[in-house]
Amino acid sequence: MTAAVEFRRVERHYGEVRAVDGVDLSIAQGEFFAMLGPSGSGKTTCLRLIAGFERPTGGEVAIMGAPMGDVPPYRRPVNTVFQDYALFPHLNVRDNVAYGLMIAGQGRAPRRRAADEALEMVALPGYGARKPSELSGGQRQRVALARALVMQPKVLLLDEPLGALDLKLREAMQEELKALQRRLGITFVFVTHDQGEALSMADRVAVFNDGRIVQAGTPEDIYYRPEAPFVADFVGSSNLLPPEVTRRLGLGDGPAALRPEAVRLVSEGGHAARVTGLAFLGTATRLSLDLDGHRMTALIPRGADMPAEGSDVRIGWAPDDLHLMKVSA
Amino acid sequence: MRSDRAPLGLKVAAIAGLLFLHLPILLIFVYAFTTEDRSYQWPPPGLTTQWFAVTWNRPDVWEALSLSVRVASISTVIALILGTLAAAAVSRTRFFGRETISLLVILPIALPGIITGISLRSAFNLADIPFSFWTIVLGHATFCVVVVYNNAVARFRRTSGSLVEASMDLGATGFQTFRHVILPNIATALLAGGMLAFALSFDEVIVTTFTAGQQQTLPIWMLEELVRPRQRPVTNVVAMVVVLVTFLPILAAYYLTRGTDTVAGSGK
Repeated sequence: MTAAVEFRRVERHYGEVRAVDGVDLSIAQGEFFAMLGPSGSGKTTCLRLIAGFERPTGGEVAIMGAPMGDVPPYRRPVNTVFQDYALFPHLNVRDNVAYGLMIAGQGRAPRRRAADEALEMVALPGYGARKPSELSGGQRQRVALARALVMQPKVLLLDEPLGALDLKLREAMQEELKALQRRLGITFVFVTHDQGEALSMADRVAVFNDGRIVQAGTPEDIYYRPEAPFVADFVGSSNLLPPEVTRRLGLGDGPAALRPEAVRLVSEGGHAARVTGLAFLGTATRLSLDLDGHRMTALIPRGADMPAEGSDVRIGWAPDDLHLMKVSA
Repeated sequence: MRSDRAPLGLKVAAIAGLLFLHLPILLIFVYAFTTEDRSYQWPPPGLTTQWFAVTWNRPDVWEALSLSVRVASISTVIALILGTLAAAAVSRTRFFGRETISLLVILPIALPGIITGISLRSAFNLADIPFSFWTIVLGHATFCVVVVYNNAVARFRRTSGSLVEASMDLGATGFQTFRHVILPNIATALLAGGMLAFALSFDEVIVTTFTAGQQQTLPIWMLEELVRPRQRPVTNVVAMVVVLVTFLPILAAYYLTRGTDTVAGSGK
């Protein structure tokens, strides 16, 4: 099957600034794909390269197998949900949703019907006559979603669509977006700087840094098997063991990632460490440890005997849980 | 802190100030009805409406009025096109010298009219362009463009740039985007700017005296009438018309743009 979106050595340089610097990427049809990274990492530029608002300075972007070259945004089979929603303030909700169909030359009656159906799909039936200024942030977001989906795009691009919503609404929308994507089977490409959002929603995640993809894989890969210290650091509160510590402990030759919940207290064997702090979190207690001069944390589940602060303990982990990285950085 | 009542002295001063500004205009209206036509005598010896008929039958008034309306209309159209384009360029794109261009566009309205007039006159002379209807239009367009530009720039700044991208994303070409998204969003600003430009052009004297040939726009005609008194109240009748013609569009522009203070397309 042809890939929905394919990047071949894509570059986007602004003078000296390499916003996107040699990205290879293949997004399968029907996939929920997240581009994750800090601001300025090139993820949004990549999204704009797919939409056609930016042109690559090198390499090639293909959508559904067709090279995009000089194809302008209005001739690409993709639609975008903008970060600020970009609803047209002079049009009511129905005309906003029907805008693309109006441009495509569809008659008044069918496009109104399609718009109303799309509004129903995003749980906003009966809102057609309102102006965008009369809606809440969450409702505007749904209108923006309906406006893009009514065009039946091959690929839906979402630029930090949940960024402006409060936490509760965000979580509800995350589930809804995911359900919508399953139901429609459309490829979703989603840009976010929130690792929790990326891991919980996406089928696959690409982690961006400095205009490059550091690692692309399933959320499990990204979380448990980070290939670079940057990924381990950005994606979660993993313990990052620098190469000198792994070498001294005889664990390996490069940096390693170790999830706090994988660390256990053992009575014998393991490695000696000192408890430097305790924090009660409810279901678990977080221990701050000093392992051979290196700070790390451990999450000990409720029920275990807790050592006192300042005491010496021995810690261990299952060999599989320690993830050695190939790249040294 | 806000007190409910202003001190009496302040009230009196405010009323006196307003009277000082507006009583002379009323005076002009009164003289339009006077029966005496050589000098402005107060109080008027008698009241009559005959000057309206006299004015109506004076071809020179009609010529001046028609010239002024045509000049103002064409200057406004030119200003609407150039001002909008300049505003779009300055607020939508980043390029070298953007701030300089912005300043240069605004400069003609800050410059004394006499400077604009003299420089245009010498430029026309140098280029061997004969003074005509079109040289007046060019002269007026220099400051009309500024008014439209200022209004349009303010509106463009308040209109989210992603609206244009959203429109393109939904399949609209550049022209369709302009027609369906940009124009509706800047329409009231253009209307306000256009009316202001029309009013400015309509009563412009200084630039006109330097760029006109033998033609007389309405304000120039009025100046001439005051120097050579002949049926003086005719000037007052015309003055009343000018006040109405310039005041009404400005009032309309004020009301049209009043309710549009919210940021268009800020979307949050």
